[in-house]
Amino acid sequence: MNWGSASEFFAMGGYGLYVWGSYGVALLALVLEPWLAARQHRHALAAVAEASFEEAADEAPPAS
Amino acid sequence: MALSNPHAESPRPTPALRLYTFAAPMRFYRLAGAALPWLWLVAFACGVAGLYIGFFVAPTDATQGESYRIIFIHVPAAWLSMLLYLAMAFWAAIGWAFRARMASVLARSIAPTGAMFTALALITGALWGQPTWGTWWVWDARLTSELLLLFLYLGYIALVNAIDDPRRADQAGALLALVGSVNVPIIYFSVKWWNTLHQGATISLTAAPKMAHTMLTAMLLTTLACWAYAFAVVFMRARAMALVRERHTQWAQELAASPAAGTPPRHPGSGPQERVA
Repeated sequence: MNWGSASEFFAMGGYGLYVWGSYGVALLALVLEPWLAARQHRHALAAVAEASFEEAADEAPPAS
Repeated sequence: MALSNPHAESPRPTPALRLYTFAAPMRFYRLAGAALPWLWLVAFACGVAGLYIGFFVAPTDATQGESYRIIFIHVPAAWLSMLLYLAMAFWAAIGWAFRARMASVLARSIAPTGAMFTALALITGALWGQPTWGTWWVWDARLTSELLLLFLYLGYIALVNAIDDPRRADQAGALLALVGSVNVPIIYFSVKWWNTLHQGATISLTAAPKMAHTMLTAMLLTTLACWAYAFAVVFMRARAMALVRERHTQWAQELAASPAAGTPPRHPGSGPQERVA
């Protein structure tokens, strides 16, 4: 075990800002990107539903 | 029924061609969807294990102290930034040469993840350079060529999105991706070819690793985690892109209409919200 206490762990031998800054940025990016990709998938499903609706409306007989 | 088969009488594509051209995206969509939970599992498990070993088992570095622990994200990000570029150029070229549309979709899906890992390599590198070299940034060969890689990714994304016709966009993107791939060996060998501030390769195929084996284990585990992550997020994006490109096909429309997709099916003539397209 490298660390005597939690504060020692967070201090990172004086390099805490750099080490935790790096992992903080990484965590942010690695969470944000899948979230954006999931949103893109939801939008894609909506685009398909839209296309399907329009084509069905084209082929449906007039309502009157 | 409205959604059963809107193309049954459509004269547009011939049935044989449709079967051939649309089978691949549909199969890709299903296979990639089935792989996603496993990829996330591997990414999470390897990431936690690698960081545990990296922070609690691997010893303090004799010369750099604790600042070296940035390596467990910096090196995987830098590797992925280069390998994803080669993968992107490869699939873009396949899509161009064989008009394989899923290949072009894959190339486009890789670009944002590659750009993200490149930015991550640059940012973590700056955060490592400041305490180690006393500067956030130097215009040396390794750093400059990696910055060029970021611009290549961003240029590819901008170019592909600027052209409306998807096939022409795919072709132009492939050309840029292929020309830019010259930069990848330059990045990799820059620490050998030029006298740079950046240290040489930490591990290579031809020499014994220059680090404690616990450090190496941690780094390989976080690299594996980044790989699984990259596959997962690229597959997510490729699935979305495939759906949009296939929005006029039966399989995509049935999928979007299924309750699992979360989009309620709309039937023409069922309400006042009907639009005339």
